[in-house]
Amino acid sequence: MSQIANKKRIGAEAVEEKGWLGAHKWLLLRRISQLSILGLFLIGPLAGIWVVKGNLNYSHTLGVLPLTDPYVALQSLLAGHVPETLGLVGVAIVLVFYFLVGGRVYCSWVCPINMVTDAAGWLRDRLGIKGASSLSAKTRYWILGMTFIGSAVTGVVLWELINPVSMLHRGLIFGVGATWMVVLAIFLFDLFVMSRGWCGRLCPVGAFYSLLGRWSPLRISANKRSACNDCMDCFEVCPEPQVIRPALKGEGKGVGPVILAPNCTNCGRCIDVCSKDVFTYGLRFNNPVSTEKAGA
Amino acid sequence: MNSKTPKSNAARRQFLFDSAKMACGVGMLGLGLGLYAKQSKALPALALRPPGALPESDFLGACIRCGLCVRDCPYNTLELAKPEDPVATGTPYFTARNIPCEMCEDIPCVKACPTKALDHALTDINKAKMGVAVLIDHETCLNFLGLRCDVCYRVCPVIDKAITLDMQPNTRTGRHAMFLPTVHSEHCTGCGKCEKSCVLEEAAIRVLPPKLAKGELGHHYRVGWEEQKKAGGSLIDESKMLDLPDRLPEGAVLPGHYDPASGHTEAMRGMAGSEAGVIPSHPPGLGGKP
Repeated sequence: MSQIANKKRIGAEAVEEKGWLGAHKWLLLRRISQLSILGLFLIGPLAGIWVVKGNLNYSHTLGVLPLTDPYVALQSLLAGHVPETLGLVGVAIVLVFYFLVGGRVYCSWVCPINMVTDAAGWLRDRLGIKGASSLSAKTRYWILGMTFIGSAVTGVVLWELINPVSMLHRGLIFGVGATWMVVLAIFLFDLFVMSRGWCGRLCPVGAFYSLLGRWSPLRISANKRSACNDCMDCFEVCPEPQVIRPALKGEGKGVGPVILAPNCTNCGRCIDVCSKDVFTYGLRFNNPVSTEKAGA
Repeated sequence: MNSKTPKSNAARRQFLFDSAKMACGVGMLGLGLGLYAKQSKALPALALRPPGALPESDFLGACIRCGLCVRDCPYNTLELAKPEDPVATGTPYFTARNIPCEMCEDIPCVKACPTKALDHALTDINKAKMGVAVLIDHETCLNFLGLRCDVCYRVCPVIDKAITLDMQPNTRTGRHAMFLPTVHSEHCTGCGKCEKSCVLEEAAIRVLPPKLAKGELGHHYRVGWEEQKKAGGSLIDESKMLDLPDRLPEGAVLPGHYDPASGHTEAMRGMAGSEAGVIPSHPPGLGGKP
């Protein structure tokens, strides 16, 4: 247990340099985004002010804006059913939006499960729980493929039978029931069984959105990478740490500073915790091989 | 890169091994999910889908679990299934005994559906088929006991078409009629108002899925009297028809019945309302002889 006392907190340097707010800016903005989206869905049933009806699978905003989860719609399509026009328009809008801003922005800025797994990750770090995870981060793509084949074979929107993401969101809006048990199970799984186990390895929703944002223009860029002092805080805090290395350490290998890996969730925590301001939001096109000058 | 170097051979082995591991693990998850999907198609008999819902096997592929139908239902009839409910999670259903469908003329739930799970071709709520009401318990139904409850009949939005009261002689008293609520499935929408308002502790009339409620005649089957009506006369030469001996239950008497054992024919009395149109005799107490 002495490890906890001795261990330096992630981002401690950044807090010293930029102040607490500066070192938590994107985290706060993200929480505000997640909670206000949830809030918009909730003020209908709670206060009778109907801004948004529905849930993350499909919603109708102010009676004009349809938004459809393309992953659910695709499973339904494979099960042999085409949505109505409004549903299709909703798919198109969501596809374009996440194609532009990065698919996994859904995970870090919208998904309600993110707050659960982030909490588990934070607690895991505070408690100093170690343990190698044995599941590959590619597992989620296998599960994604399985849900597609399964939907086609069974004629049922397969992942929706157990999808904790929509279950939690729907539960909060339409009534929780036993959903809390599923959410607790995910929390405990991430806390004790596998670091970043759900979002980082298993969830096919995130896998789908990562493919959707494969070529998205909005990316995180390590464009002051030459200032990196190897404190490792960004690796520690990143929910998908494998995405950082190529960009951050690619100077000598002719790799540009933009994090191109589709599983980067554009959450911006690396920007927060870096005391040297190595990272910033940027565009994927602005990706010079050498960044010596920018960092100087 | 020479693919024949031992190193890349090992890498390929590792790749195949990892892939097999994934395929097996995820395959097992998929198998479990697939079996669960099959189970989830077995909708409990008392869970009813909204108007215009596709058959259950199609419904679970078309519905995206958004809850818009629930939101636009003005009577809070519909709810989304919670994970512990015996209905596929997140799909809309209602329980007639709790809140029945009020059969809105504009069918807002169907209009709100962003998919074809609720068929937008349904524009006349009277054509909805959420289920079929069945007077399932003849032992407790008050009308079957000879009382005049009639509540299910009175509340039926399609009164006198979907539910009629069929008059039968009350053989227990021998001097009264029973008015038996009778459901006509071609008019019943399955809204569940009858089930909701049944005055018993447990409803004697319940809305069931059509596949549970309905029998089906053999497709070759022809009903003689209808064929006769269509043809405008008997299809056979009735003078050559044989009256085969048949037996009545012990002690039963049927007017006009020929009993082959005794060679005795019961006297004709005729029955009220029968198609034969024989003038009915007066029942006892109304001037008739017992």
